[in-house]
Amino acid sequence: MSKDIVIENAVKRYGDLTIIPNLSAVIKNSELFTLLGPSGCGKTTLLRMIAGFNSIEGGTISFSGQVINDIPAHKRNIGMVFQDYAIFPHLTVEQNVRYGLKEHKVSKKEADERLENILKLTKIDIYKNRLPEKLSGGQQQRVALARAIAIHPDVLLMDEPLSNLDAKLRVEMRQVIRDIQKTIGITTVYVTHDQEEALAISDRIAVMNNGEIQQIATPHTIYTRPSNLFVADFIGHSGFVHAEMTGIGNSRTLTFSNGYSIQMDNIVATAKEGKVVVGIRPEELYPSESVGFLATIAEATYLGKYIIYFAHLEEVETFGDQELFEISQDLGTSTRLYDVNDKVRFAIYPHKVNVFDLVTGNSLIEVLP
Amino acid sequence: MKRIGKLKFDFWTIVTFVVFVLFALFLMYPLFRLLISGFRDSVTGMWTLDNFRNFFSKKYYTNPIWHSLTIGIGVTAFTIILGSLLAYLLTFYEIKGKKVLQVFIVFSMMSPSFIGAYSWVILLGRSGLVTQFFSNTFGIQTPTIYGLGGIVLVLVLKMYSNIYLYVSGAMKKVDISLIEASQSLGCSPTKGIIKMIVPLVLPTILASALMVFMTSIADFGTAMLIGEGYRVLPVLIYRAFMGELGSDANFAAAIALIMVSITAALYFIQKYVINKMSFKMKAVKTIQPKKITGVKALFAYLYAYVLVGISVIPQLTVVYTAFLQTQGTRFLSGFSLDSFRKMQTTIVKSAINSYSFGLVAIALIVILAVFVAYLSVRKRNALTATLDIVTVFPYIISGSILGIMLLLCFNQRPIILSGTATIIIIAFVIRRLPHTLRSSVAILYQISPNTEEAAVSLGSSPQKAFFKVTFRLMLSGVLTGAVLSWVTVINELSASLILYTGRTKTLSVAVYEQVARGNYGNAAAIASVLMISTAISMAVFLILTRKKEFSI
Repeated sequence: MSKDIVIENAVKRYGDLTIIPNLSAVIKNSELFTLLGPSGCGKTTLLRMIAGFNSIEGGTISFSGQVINDIPAHKRNIGMVFQDYAIFPHLTVEQNVRYGLKEHKVSKKEADERLENILKLTKIDIYKNRLPEKLSGGQQQRVALARAIAIHPDVLLMDEPLSNLDAKLRVEMRQVIRDIQKTIGITTVYVTHDQEEALAISDRIAVMNNGEIQQIATPHTIYTRPSNLFVADFIGHSGFVHAEMTGIGNSRTLTFSNGYSIQMDNIVATAKEGKVVVGIRPEELYPSESVGFLATIAEATYLGKYIIYFAHLEEVETFGDQELFEISQDLGTSTRLYDVNDKVRFAIYPHKVNVFDLVTGNSLIEVLP
Repeated sequence: MKRIGKLKFDFWTIVTFVVFVLFALFLMYPLFRLLISGFRDSVTGMWTLDNFRNFFSKKYYTNPIWHSLTIGIGVTAFTIILGSLLAYLLTFYEIKGKKVLQVFIVFSMMSPSFIGAYSWVILLGRSGLVTQFFSNTFGIQTPTIYGLGGIVLVLVLKMYSNIYLYVSGAMKKVDISLIEASQSLGCSPTKGIIKMIVPLVLPTILASALMVFMTSIADFGTAMLIGEGYRVLPVLIYRAFMGELGSDANFAAAIALIMVSITAALYFIQKYVINKMSFKMKAVKTIQPKKITGVKALFAYLYAYVLVGISVIPQLTVVYTAFLQTQGTRFLSGFSLDSFRKMQTTIVKSAINSYSFGLVAIALIVILAVFVAYLSVRKRNALTATLDIVTVFPYIISGSILGIMLLLCFNQRPIILSGTATIIIIAFVIRRLPHTLRSSVAILYQISPNTEEAAVSLGSSPQKAFFKVTFRLMLSGVLTGAVLSWVTVINELSASLILYTGRTKTLSVAVYEQVARGNYGNAAAIASVLMISTAISMAVFLILTRKKEFSI
């Protein structure tokens, strides 16, 4: 039976070192929930707390209302897929999958049935008598997945399961995982540092940094409406420019240092006038004759469907240590291409860009539920 | 990845507790007793420094320190030269029969040194076969085997193989591209070898040299059998304890303490130096042996075959003389099975002792090694880190000292073990644990902790996951170490010699006893049984290490 997971004020400490100070999250039944963040952000630590391999120093974690803090790992009924697969090298594919079935005292008849279904679902039935050393990385990953879901766990935990695979196999396997997860409808917590993987696979993503959750949202929201500067910077590519915000309510004006200004109608009502940072993604700019930022093209990379330019912004003050500003040009609609050293003016789409408070770094955009 | 931090009363807590109780009872307590005994008067039992004052006041006692060090330095110097040169020749050049040479090398290393010692006495002693041949035929007096020269000869021939094995192991890790790189930078091939290979294998040479040094100054059997007037520390300790100087356990303890201080100091200096020098190497393309011709080939073949040939002479001598007619120390012409017949009861009894004690010891060694390895690798904390001393202990404490320590502790209430098989087995376990422990640790580092966690996530309790997965995967590595432990267990002499009684005599003690009584033929008969056991065990080892069920 798939269960939801509620994490309330969870704390993880090693001696004096606090990895996770105070973390809360709700993972819905049957969803694929991804913990995404840079290495050392605490995502694997949190996953291992859910699994029972790390102790919980404070707060609670519960599966469908039952607090599991003091339940040892082997009694939590979890399925876990490890980064290095952790297949038992001395057992065949079939024996690997049967291991958990025996531990769960599944009857012989049902075990046979489940084995057959799982091996078919994961497309490894033809290898069932092989030892793991005779399998490729992708096949081993399928065995790990089959073994974990065969026991019908309450939740499925996956710790960077694709990071040991090559790029092509990674894309293939993430689709396999997504499909199988949807087929059996099991609550899944998935840890990765690869944002593309997270965006492609997840129902919802929790972006983590320094042991704290920065934002929990769908992939689309995470990308288009990041909740703060960290998320905007970590997910995808963003350029950041200083601006001054004036006006109230849904009639605000952002003015850049070169005098260029845009009208915004989606700023939260409580936002005060003052200094802000505008986050602009490469596709949120367009060439303009009259208004915008004057840019000198420094590099141009042709990628078929579009071109990526890296440009120096001449007249405005950028935020942070960015030297070059990334701009993409869709070749399906563009009529003119630019060369290195060309001077071009680019304007921005007001309803696409994000606005952040300079002091707190939090988003000032009103996100409709 | 960090582990569960909270200390709970689970399986591993119990294992930790049991291991520490054993550790305290059989290592720390005896060491502590030795320390106390050295500072007590044997008659009054009062605290005193007299034992040490007495020791340092007489040349008779202090000379052995210098004798022991001389032996250590001499043996180390010769073994480094002989062993490294052999390693170089066999690694860099195609020498035919290399496999056979290697088997002989390992065999000469595995045979106990006291068998070497008494074989050389049979050959080169006062009434030795070679001595008599030369004096009868040519009237030539061959140089004496007794004393410093003989001890060094015996130990060098046994231990150059240690240097050979370690150095050739290190040479196998040198990537050929390093030599090619040095040549591309303008080094001549010879200079390239000196400038590249020597520094790369130097830490290995030093580490193995110190091991040779410590083993040779701790060696008891050789010095006892052919040392004669050349007294060394282990013999002095043995004699002080066993009563030839009017049994004085406290005085023996004091000498033992002096020796332990020397070996401990050396060990920690070595550790410090090696840690500073060590680096990791892994060869993608290993050095391929080159063809060799002319004078160079002649020298290489002569060197390798003569050296290895000489080092197995003791073994051949033992087997040969076992089948000769004998009368005491004299061998008569003609073959017979008399020696075996006369020794039949002794052989059977002591073989049963050797095998049964050995098997029990090996079982304990395997269990302890697996648990200690697991605790110190997977459950590492300040407490379990102290278990590392288990590996150091046998290097610092020689066999005779260990025997004395155990007797000091378990010769009286509440635990009386003296004269039992138990105390001999304990000595075996303590002395021979490191081989198995080292291979257990090595294999454990190759097994991902996730494998065990995967079993837990599938519903196995932690201890079940350990036995069904980790232990199962460790087994092949542990067994290879166990075979090495086994070979050294059945050949153990110095501790057994202090701890044995008539009922608990082992094969090696029986050999020693016959040699000491001058019954060389009888000794040879028993020794050949011991050697055959060793040879069979080594064969098992070779088969085990070559056959790999799976790779991780």
